[in-house]
Amino acid sequence: MADTESYGFDTLQIHAGARPDPTTGSRQTPIHQTTAYVFRDAEHAAALFNLQEVGYIYSRLTNPTVAVLQERIATLEGGVGGVCCSSGHAAQIMALFPLMSPGCNVVVSTRLYGGTVTQFSQTIKRFGWSAKFVDFDDLSAISEAIDENTRAIFCESIANPGGYITDLDKISEISDKALIPLIVDNTSATPYLCRPIEHGATLVVHSTTKYLTGNGTVTGGCVVDSGKFDWASSNKFPSLSEPEPAYHGLKFFETFGPLAFTFFGIAISLRDLGMTMNPQAAHYTLCGIETLSLRMDRHVDNAEKIAKWLEEDSRVEFVSYAGLKSSPYYERVKHICPRGAGGLFTFGVKGGYEACIKLVDSLEIFSHVANLGDARSLIIHSASTTHRQLTREQQEAAGAAPDTVRVSIGIESVEDLIGDLDQALAKATA
Amino acid sequence: MNANDKRIKKILDSTKVIACVGVSSNRIRPSYFVLRYLYFKNFRVIPINPVYAGEILFGEKVLSSISEIDPEIKVDMLDIFRKSEAVLPIVEDALKHLRKLKTIWMQIGVHNEEAARLASQQGLEVVQNKCPKIEYQRLFGELRMAGFNTGVISSRLILN
Repeated sequence: MADTESYGFDTLQIHAGARPDPTTGSRQTPIHQTTAYVFRDAEHAAALFNLQEVGYIYSRLTNPTVAVLQERIATLEGGVGGVCCSSGHAAQIMALFPLMSPGCNVVVSTRLYGGTVTQFSQTIKRFGWSAKFVDFDDLSAISEAIDENTRAIFCESIANPGGYITDLDKISEISDKALIPLIVDNTSATPYLCRPIEHGATLVVHSTTKYLTGNGTVTGGCVVDSGKFDWASSNKFPSLSEPEPAYHGLKFFETFGPLAFTFFGIAISLRDLGMTMNPQAAHYTLCGIETLSLRMDRHVDNAEKIAKWLEEDSRVEFVSYAGLKSSPYYERVKHICPRGAGGLFTFGVKGGYEACIKLVDSLEIFSHVANLGDARSLIIHSASTTHRQLTREQQEAAGAAPDTVRVSIGIESVEDLIGDLDQALAKATA
Repeated sequence: MNANDKRIKKILDSTKVIACVGVSSNRIRPSYFVLRYLYFKNFRVIPINPVYAGEILFGEKVLSSISEIDPEIKVDMLDIFRKSEAVLPIVEDALKHLRKLKTIWMQIGVHNEEAARLASQQGLEVVQNKCPKIEYQRLFGELRMAGFNTGVISSRLILN
C-alpha cells in the first residue's frame, strides 16, 4: 500500500512503525505492559468492536509495542500489514487459517524445516486439512498436485537446513495461474536478503525468533500480507469474501480491500486462536531488528568463507551451500537473494553418523542447539534432533541425511570459527 | 512520505465537505462504514442514493442526485461508490453542478480513465481505486495501531 521505496532498508529497519512516544517523548519504543485499554466513551468502544475504527481493545488482539514490530516487518517485506504471533509455527497456522477449511489442502515443498514437515504432515490433519509434499524443482509436479481443494502453495525462500534456494518467480507463476496464494517462509533469508513479495508471494511468514531478533532471546512469529490477492476472484476463500457471522455479516475483503487479510488475522485468528506475541518479546525483537542488515552481511560473509574452507578440506564429504560455485543453486542466488545465500548450510563429514556426532561434541565455540539465526554460531545434527520425527526419505529430501550436520554461522571472528571446526574435525575423523 | 502520499494527505487536509454517491444505509456495507468514519472525523458528509432518498444519515438528508445539492454548500470532494462503468456521467454531473469541487475520489475497485481525464483537465485532483477512510487512517497514524505499513517515518515529537 505505502510506497516507501524512497527510504533505504537501513533507515526502515530502525524507523518504520516507531515514533517518539507522544506522551513522554521516549525515543525507544516503550514496552506497553498492559492487558486492556480505556475507551474514550461507549461510542468509541462500539466502533472498535464493530471494526469501524482502529484502536486498542485488549492485548490478545493488538498492543502498541507489538504493533510497531508488525509495521516494521511489514514495511521491510514490502507488504501492506503484518500480524505478529507467539512463534514461527503459530505464524504458519495464522497464514493458513483464513484460507483453509476441512477437506482443503496446501501444496508444499519437501525442502522445509523438520518441525514444519511434522506440523503439515501430521498436526494439521486434526483440523481436517492436509498437505501434499512435492519437489519444488519439478514445476509440472507442483501444477499436477494442485486440485480443486488446494488453497495455497507453501515453501521456504532459503530452505532450512540450507543449501537450497526456491525459484520463487517460477512458483508464483504457478500459484497465479491457479488463482491461489503463495505463502513463503522467509525466516532463513530475512527481508534483507530476499523479498518474496517482489517475486510474487502473497503472504510471507517468519519465525522472528531467528535473524530478526538475532540473539536467541525470544520466540515469535509474523505473517505479512502483500495486499495483492483478490480474495473474491473465486469462491475458494469464503472467510475473506463471504459475510462473517461474528461481525454482523461484514465481508472482510469487500470492507477492507487490500487490508482484509491483516484485519482478519487480528479480528478472528488472534481473537479466537489466541497465539499472541507478548510486548516483551516484541521489545527484544525490535531491538534486534535495528541491526539486521549489518548482521546479515556478516553472517553471509562468514558463511561464504567457512563453506569454501570446508569444501577444500579432505575430511569433509560435501558442502551444501548455495553461495558456493559448486552448488546447483548458485545462479538462483543472483535472482532470488542477490545479497547472499544466508548464514545457514549443511556439510557431510567423512565417517558418517558417528563422525557427525563426534564433531558436534568436540566443538568449543559452536553451540549444539536446536535454533538458527543467532549472533553466535550454532551446529546441530538434524537427523538425530530437528528432523528426527521424519522418515529416512523425508530426511534426505529435506537435506538432513544422517551423515549431515547443519551449521548456522554467527558473526564471530571467522578465523576463530574455522579454528574451532578444524580442531573438532581432527577429533571426529581421528 | 512519498510524493503521492503527500498529495493524498494534502487532499484530505484541505477537504471539509464530501458528497458521496452510492451510499448505503445498511450498517455493514462498506459505504456506510466509510461515511460514518468520515463523519466522526468531522467531515460534513452529503449522502446521495435514490434508493434511500429522504432518509437521514449522519445528520443529513439522503439526496437522489448530485443536482439536488444546495448550491450554497461548498462541496470539496465527490466520493464514488459505484461500478466503474457508471462513473463518467456522475463526474460530468458533478462538474456541472458542483462549481467549487476540488477532488474526484473513486473507491477501491473503481477506475474510469475517461472520467479521470475529464476531471483532471478541469483542474481537479483525481484519486482512483483507493478508500479515503483507509488513506486517512494510514496517513494520520491510526492504522499504525494495527500493524499496517503506513509509509510514515518521523522522529519529530508530536505530543498528544
